[in-house]
Amino acid sequence: MKKIVAKEEYCMGCRLCEVYCATKNSKSKDIIKTFKSEAGKLLSAIFVEEKEHITFAIQCRHCEDAPCVYSCLTGAMYKTDKGVVLHNKEKCVGCWMCIMVCPFGVIKPDLNIKKIASKCDLCLDKEVPACVENCPNEALVIINK
Amino acid sequence: MAKSKYKTDFRVIRDQEKCIKCQACVRMCSNDVHYYDPETDSIILQEEKCVGCHFCEDLCPTGAITVKREIPEIKFNQHWDSKDVYNIIKQAETGGVLLTGMGSDKKFKEYFDHIVLNASQVTNPSIDPLREPMELRTFIGRKPDNINDELPPQLVLETPIMFTAMSYGSISLNAQKSLAKAAFEFGTMWNTGEGGLHQELLPYAKNVIVQVASGRFGVDIDYLENAAAVEIKIGQGAKPGIGGHLPGEKVDQEISKTRRIPIGTDALSPAPHHDIYSIEDLKQLIFAIKEATRYKKPVGVKIAAVHNVAPIASGIVRAGADFVVIDGIRGGTGAAPTVIRDNVGIPIELAVAVVDQRLREEGIRNQASLIASGGFRSSADVIKAIALGADAVYIGTAALISLGCHLCQKCYTGKCNWGIATQDPYLTKRLNPEIGAKRSYNLLRAWSLEIKEMLGGMGINAIESLRGNREQLRGVGLTEIELKLLGIKHAGEAW
Repeated sequence: MKKIVAKEEYCMGCRLCEVYCATKNSKSKDIIKTFKSEAGKLLSAIFVEEKEHITFAIQCRHCEDAPCVYSCLTGAMYKTDKGVVLHNKEKCVGCWMCIMVCPFGVIKPDLNIKKIASKCDLCLDKEVPACVENCPNEALVIINK
Repeated sequence: MAKSKYKTDFRVIRDQEKCIKCQACVRMCSNDVHYYDPETDSIILQEEKCVGCHFCEDLCPTGAITVKREIPEIKFNQHWDSKDVYNIIKQAETGGVLLTGMGSDKKFKEYFDHIVLNASQVTNPSIDPLREPMELRTFIGRKPDNINDELPPQLVLETPIMFTAMSYGSISLNAQKSLAKAAFEFGTMWNTGEGGLHQELLPYAKNVIVQVASGRFGVDIDYLENAAAVEIKIGQGAKPGIGGHLPGEKVDQEISKTRRIPIGTDALSPAPHHDIYSIEDLKQLIFAIKEATRYKKPVGVKIAAVHNVAPIASGIVRAGADFVVIDGIRGGTGAAPTVIRDNVGIPIELAVAVVDQRLREEGIRNQASLIASGGFRSSADVIKAIALGADAVYIGTAALISLGCHLCQKCYTGKCNWGIATQDPYLTKRLNPEIGAKRSYNLLRAWSLEIKEMLGGMGINAIESLRGNREQLRGVGLTEIELKLLGIKHAGEAW
């Protein structure tokens, strides 16, 4: 399974990972269109935490023992054989229990349609996730475990 | 009028069609040019603060930002430049010395641009470096007078290009680490500058030339013993005759440990070495260092190119230096008075040519290697300097450009957006030494390949055969005296 690792010492806090993640998760996949017409930032599944000069990006850890999967009452949140935690929008009823139990706070609600707006899927359709590919300082790297 | 409004040098253009208000520019500009106003949900510009480092332009994910030069206009005047006028206004307001960074940007004759290289045609074959071996290996150090004598200690370089002295303090540790790693991997040298050798850089010590300058910062026996060679710095091209001053606010714990000075104190390097007032005094220091390192390492001396450079270099060689570094007027700096940087010293092309000539005439050229530095912009400049008589060159500005520098010349403010000339923890982390090392390594590789191509064209298969080979050079548009000093013929003259 691939894992996205944040190198805190080189994260400069530009938050471009959020921009590119949102674009990747948008319908149009066009950066300007995503932010000008769609719900923009809401779609990002990566978040930059900052305190003073210390910044790093965090996204779903794909926990081995994922509390969001346990707490999901419809089975919308599930774990693949390879250990990737994914979310099925069809099944989601918007109870937001996963948000309550997520120890890292990396699941975001969509207030309009009462569902889960974004959650890192490790860009399984791409070889390199959008955030890693576009980090200008290579502070996000991918490791294969 | 008592006060004038500060004029902008740059116009920052934001294409609103493209701007997605991600605020990367707002977060990243250390000069606070971009500012987000939540009330109007717009990004406001304070262009007068822009230094033209182009960081925001490079970072903007949609390419919405363009930074354009906009020199404040005055009535057209052949004598008074807009820069002169606004410099006076600045000084009238502050009463201070104008500071600047990097090498001189003043319009001097670029001798390198007036020199052209030779190539083989018919009468001698050119060499294809992709098919045949091409030797760039360079040895720096004293060569024996007789071939049977024992060879004094030498530095072995895989390319005649080294990274010049830039201290930890003037540049960030990440910048130094990038260069150190690149030099280590390529097999050339990097230089500590006058800032000591940081603990984390010890793995790259096999390829370091350590500097002993007038402030003697960080100098102790371990420093000397860890190094591959020692360089005594007398002067630098950007500010000949001027000392250094690292402001106390930059001296944090790490720098304090490396320089061996208390945290927060100014690091002052005096203008002269207070124990060197003559060639004889210099000889004492050279031999004190040689004695301390058991004659196992080359010891060199770095001077700025000044009017008397040839006799001074001769004195330095006679004082026992194993290599002499000449830094020309285009040499860079982290901070220098503008007036000094732009007006003191002589161009490196002339300095190298006259020093090489003088040492040959005196029969002591073999006793020391000659390293040229100061404003090398391309591999062509490097190869021309070598043909003029240099053994190797130092690059500083070019190396920093490979790390991201856009020559905004604001190194002295400590706000370098590229994370190079700063110690601010918000900014230094922007330079990932992994990327930096890769990029500066690529620069060395690219220039070395180009040098091989040019050598091949001349029908030469080793850089040794080009060294001081001025027949390979011709001047274009140079006067008689310039040609004489450079020791080259004018284009059109055959051998």
